[in-house]
Amino acid sequence: MSFLPYAVAGWICLVGLYGVVTSRNLVHLAVCLTVTQSSTYVLLLAVGYVRGGGPPIFKGVKLGTSAVDPVVQALSLTDIVVSVTVLALILALALDVSRHAGTVDPAEIAGMHG
Amino acid sequence: MSRRARIVVVLPALAGLAALLAWSFTGLPGFGSFRGPYGILLNRVATPERHMTNVVNATTYDYRSFDTMGEEFILFAAVIGIVLLLREDDRDRRAEDRVRSEMVRSGGGLTVGIGVLVGLWVVAFGFVTPGGGFQGGVAVASAVLLLFAAVGYRAWSTLGNETVLDPIEGLGAGGYVAVGLAALASGLPFLTNVLGPGIAGTLWSGGSAAFVNWSAGIEVAAAMLLLYAEFLEAHAVPVMRGAS
Repeated sequence: MSFLPYAVAGWICLVGLYGVVTSRNLVHLAVCLTVTQSSTYVLLLAVGYVRGGGPPIFKGVKLGTSAVDPVVQALSLTDIVVSVTVLALILALALDVSRHAGTVDPAEIAGMHG
Repeated sequence: MSRRARIVVVLPALAGLAALLAWSFTGLPGFGSFRGPYGILLNRVATPERHMTNVVNATTYDYRSFDTMGEEFILFAAVIGIVLLLREDDRDRRAEDRVRSEMVRSGGGLTVGIGVLVGLWVVAFGFVTPGGGFQGGVAVASAVLLLFAAVGYRAWSTLGNETVLDPIEGLGAGGYVAVGLAALASGLPFLTNVLGPGIAGTLWSGGSAAFVNWSAGIEVAAAMLLLYAEFLEAHAVPVMRGAS
């Protein structure tokens, strides 16, 4: 059982990639990409977990108390916000594509431009 | 490539990746038993050294604040990209105020104030308790977005437009760099705390890193609001052609 959280991260990554490859809609594709990216949060937080550790906040807690790794949490927290903006950028691109090509199916767009 | 052919190609590739992931994951220390020396060290030294009780934010805005600056500029660049992509030629559309219920308007309007206050509180106590610029900034932006949901587009667009938000976003991004340059100007490495560590467990902890935290909060809030403004302008607003 001790590798289950890592397996969850791997599964989310694979499912997301499968979605990206087989997607028929750019909006769906962007969401799948975000799912793939989310697997890194699960992996980072799983790696940083310390059995029995508290949150890495030492307000009213004695220093030296066992706590989980703060570095992976710092990485995840900034990345979550940034990933939302990047998702929005991809969606804006998808809007632009639909405006110019009249479709959001990646296969049709490729066909139209030869 | 047809959809079927694509699946035939991708399945072996994904199986290969799954095998590689399984191999590498079983090589990791078991769940809960990893001991990252950097994390353990930070948990020990951040509070005595930097007087911050939230070690996650001590990492984000102090020990690794240079990385966070990079992240902030990814945010900045992404939002600029969105603004450019969604720029419309057709600027003279009229939006309709669609919220008719008096209860929703007044109750929702009140919630905006409370939400913004909670967001600012989350930013302010970033070095003390869970919170910080990124989380608080998103909370503030979401609260302001309630103006659209509860009151209407017209009320929202007095705040949610580029003229108001661009300078605020610039202030957030520029402020971050300015705090870094202040350290350089006083002969210290970029983004070093120049104001002393302050008192642990109070709002005055973190010294100049507190300004870094606030800059990030302002930047994130403004960036999110710009995002909402651009998308709302492009889509949620009905074009009132010939409507009375």
